[in-house]
Amino acid sequence: MADTRHDHEPSELGPMDVRVRALESILVDKGYVEPAALDEIVEAYETRIGPHLGAQAVARAWTDPEFDARLTADATSALAEMDIGGRQSEHVVAVHNAAGVHNLVVCTLCSCYPWAVLGIPPAWYKSSAYRSRAVLEPRAVLAEFGTELPPETRIRVWDSTAEVRYLVVPRRPEGTDGWDAARLSTLVSRDSMVGVREANAPA
Amino acid sequence: MNGAHDLGGTMGFGPVVPEAQDAPHYRGDWERRTMALTLACAMLGRWSIDESRHVREDRPPALYLTSPYYRIWFDALEALLVGHGIVGDDEVEAGRSLRSGEAGIGPVSPDRVTTALRRGAPADREPPGPAAFEVGQAVRARNVHPTGHTRLPRYVRGRVGVVEIVHGAHVLPDRNAHRLGEDPEWLYTVRFDGHELWGADSDPTTEVSVDAWESYLEPA
Repeated sequence: MADTRHDHEPSELGPMDVRVRALESILVDKGYVEPAALDEIVEAYETRIGPHLGAQAVARAWTDPEFDARLTADATSALAEMDIGGRQSEHVVAVHNAAGVHNLVVCTLCSCYPWAVLGIPPAWYKSSAYRSRAVLEPRAVLAEFGTELPPETRIRVWDSTAEVRYLVVPRRPEGTDGWDAARLSTLVSRDSMVGVREANAPA
Repeated sequence: MNGAHDLGGTMGFGPVVPEAQDAPHYRGDWERRTMALTLACAMLGRWSIDESRHVREDRPPALYLTSPYYRIWFDALEALLVGHGIVGDDEVEAGRSLRSGEAGIGPVSPDRVTTALRRGAPADREPPGPAAFEVGQAVRARNVHPTGHTRLPRYVRGRVGVVEIVHGAHVLPDRNAHRLGEDPEWLYTVRFDGHELWGADSDPTTEVSVDAWESYLEPA
């Protein structure tokens, strides 16, 4: 497994391993939490719940105008049609990129994120650098992801300060005429649904 | 509270460091178990998401800013469990259970996890009355500095924006975090022009929206 620790982020592995294991054993010994329940939570976000769900919804929106209309009107209900929803995605709003408009999602106060649609938020989304700067200089933040927008493009930043979770619907890449939703979904990255990148171009 | 968690517009943290989109979610097993323990203990139903957020943000700023993300989660979880009498201080100190568990707490089982993840905890409630604001209306975020929990970021306080979405009534975190009741209020998405927030020298193409409860706003 690659080491993804960042030099600027402190880490305290040894003592924390001890503390976390102790607390887990206390809760298990008292009969409050079953170890299999903890495994189930980990497993759910490592296998079933992740950005592939959001990608399927975006690809469907690109290919099914009626679904896209429902997604625009009430994303929570539209996603529920695809059995997507639940914890940390109880109220979802879909925001569409378009010619001249780019959307970007942040939570400046903590790390609110549409878990049921995109899975666990990446480290950068939770970092102080992202949370502080996405609202102040979104264009500079986008550049750090290699995303360069035309200077006149309006950047709409959505700060998730309540239980509403925002899903960016990126623009459908050119050169994908005739692609079906399953193939299109391979171009929809997690980062494009947070708004720090565009959807991938076809290879 | 004006805590270190309220980061919007703060400078000095350096560049954002993107990572591979398939990078591991955790930097060690303790982070993975902390995530799972935090979610499982929330499923005990003893505290709200608002209370857990408040416990995380209610830390000395220097500590908040230098703690790894899941360290903040873990410390908050321990504080919540002790504060609610579910785990004793002495047990945390000893690192093991010193008393048997009480009936009626848990157990959180795999089935309960599946149901809880699927259902979530919707925050919408019956509206307390008609909405005070409508889409397109100009509103000012109140210039307030509550000492308790709030979800009104400092960078919009006193600034004028436009109501963009009316979401219905949602649980008010400011009171619910302190166990004072849900007191649902109308919730709005309010859009602010970048110049209004960051001054005339800022990027004219930026707009920022926040979700604001009705008591956070006044007519502009």
